[in-house]
Amino acid sequence: MRVAGALLAPFTMSAIEIIGLEKTYMVGFWHKRPKHALQPLHLAVEEGEIFGFLGPNGAGKTTTLKMLMGLVFPTSGSARILGRDWMEPEVKAQIGFLPEQPYFYDYLTAHELLDYYGQLSGVPAKDRKRRIEEVLQRVGLTEVKGVQLRKFSKGMLQRAGIAQAILHKPKLVFFDEPMSGLDPLGRREVRDLMEQLKQEGTSVFFSTHILSDAEALCDRVAIIHKGELRGVGAVDELTSNVQGKVEIIWQSTQVPASMKAMGAECRVSGDKVRAVISERQQDAAIDALRRERIRLISITPLRTSLEAYFVEKLQHSQTTAGTLA
Amino acid sequence: MNARIYSIASNTFREAVRDRVLYNLIAFALLLSGGAIFVGQISIGIERLVVVNLGLTAVSLFGIVIAIFIGIGLVSKEIEKRTLYTVLSRPVRRWEFVVGKFFGLAGTLAVNTFFMAIGVFGALLYVAHKFAASDAFILVALYFIILEFLIVCAIALLFSSFSSPLLSAVFAFSLFIVGSFADDLRGFASLTHGITRWFVTAAAYLVPNFSALNVISAVAHQQPIAAQLILQNTFYALFYTAMTLSGAVLIFERRNLK
Repeated sequence: MRVAGALLAPFTMSAIEIIGLEKTYMVGFWHKRPKHALQPLHLAVEEGEIFGFLGPNGAGKTTTLKMLMGLVFPTSGSARILGRDWMEPEVKAQIGFLPEQPYFYDYLTAHELLDYYGQLSGVPAKDRKRRIEEVLQRVGLTEVKGVQLRKFSKGMLQRAGIAQAILHKPKLVFFDEPMSGLDPLGRREVRDLMEQLKQEGTSVFFSTHILSDAEALCDRVAIIHKGELRGVGAVDELTSNVQGKVEIIWQSTQVPASMKAMGAECRVSGDKVRAVISERQQDAAIDALRRERIRLISITPLRTSLEAYFVEKLQHSQTTAGTLA
Repeated sequence: MNARIYSIASNTFREAVRDRVLYNLIAFALLLSGGAIFVGQISIGIERLVVVNLGLTAVSLFGIVIAIFIGIGLVSKEIEKRTLYTVLSRPVRRWEFVVGKFFGLAGTLAVNTFFMAIGVFGALLYVAHKFAASDAFILVALYFIILEFLIVCAIALLFSSFSSPLLSAVFAFSLFIVGSFADDLRGFASLTHGITRWFVTAAAYLVPNFSALNVISAVAHQQPIAAQLILQNTFYALFYTAMTLSGAVLIFERRNLK
């Protein structure tokens, strides 16, 4: 697993390289009291991956994204995007951005909005119309392309937001809470779209606090809390940490005495029993169930979920803070 | 004008049109036609004077109100509604955004003034039955009014780049009123002494000199406008607008969009 300040192998170009990006706001009546929105952040996102930026609300995710977009200026630090300084306008022509809970010019239709953004992104006039039709189709807004955005639902606005972010075929997209406000079907569609973007070679950096989305989608994730990076790693590595335990499920309404004797943690649910035992006891447990002529349904090694890892990282920080206090 | 500035300006113009800003033309038309008919009935020999005065003053006031009320929200509304995020995350420089917004509003006012000017000439024709050669100076007065709008747009944009719409409106209106008496302020400065004189003189030259741009009364009295004044006012208005816009850009370039 990588840690903060992850180094890249030589000759590998990062999609994003954040070098000590930091943001401190001066708050209070006289603007004298510092508030650290983001501690110095070092992070690298490789090309072609889906990278999840996880953290609870107020962790510093949006601040980081705003700094990368040039909307907020860092107190110190810098970043490189697609191998170039992140402030260069040429870099911005190759990235797409979906802000959290996007709001657009509501007097425009979806088609006009995309035409406007296409012009600003430098999409040539001869390609613009075709591209607009393509992305509208892709996000399912073709039917309402002539409707003013003020009549759009929250979910439709989110789709329009995604459309404007991918209109100019960027090499890297930043999505800030892209599933926010979407129903389960909409979330599924956004997940599919992000996977398609990855297959097309687009790097995706998205922030979320919905861990199931991150676990299902991301190659790697970073966890941020109270403006500080808590951990970075590949989702496979974080969730493959077998704890030396297995989960056995069998069909019965009772727990055999032999299983109780092994000290298994059992839970009866309907006509099924779920038990967690140590890996060493696995063979003995199977034998015991066979002897009782009980139908075995499944045996699964226990994996650490991303949620467990996330909670551990957050609790660790709270414990550390408590100890220091 | 580069393509991005043109796009931003076009979108600003489109917003004004869709927000029914040009509906003010209806109010203007009603005011002017009503005024012309009324004046035609009650005045003898001064119809032209009254209609030109009324018409050009209305063009100026309608435009100033629009310039301030749209101008104060040009940047702050975009920040508040977060529409700016998806613009500035593209290859758009902040100065291009400010300049594009300015041209969009200035374009809206120019179109508005064009239609109002047609109304003024229509009313004049109604009361006087024919145009005189001196009526060509009405065009100069309208040109000065447009120069006035450019300055007011830039001022509103400047305040919008760092202040709330309400405060921006107060500041911009105050500056417009003080600027309308800029000549009086300069006269007052010459009557004072010491530090007060220095301070009042500085203030008098810092505020926009709208009184120099106001030739409505002279035009209504069919007096000619000197070519030198046209040149001076053009240079002054463009310089003042450019300086004010530069101030807006400097502030906006450093602003964190929280």
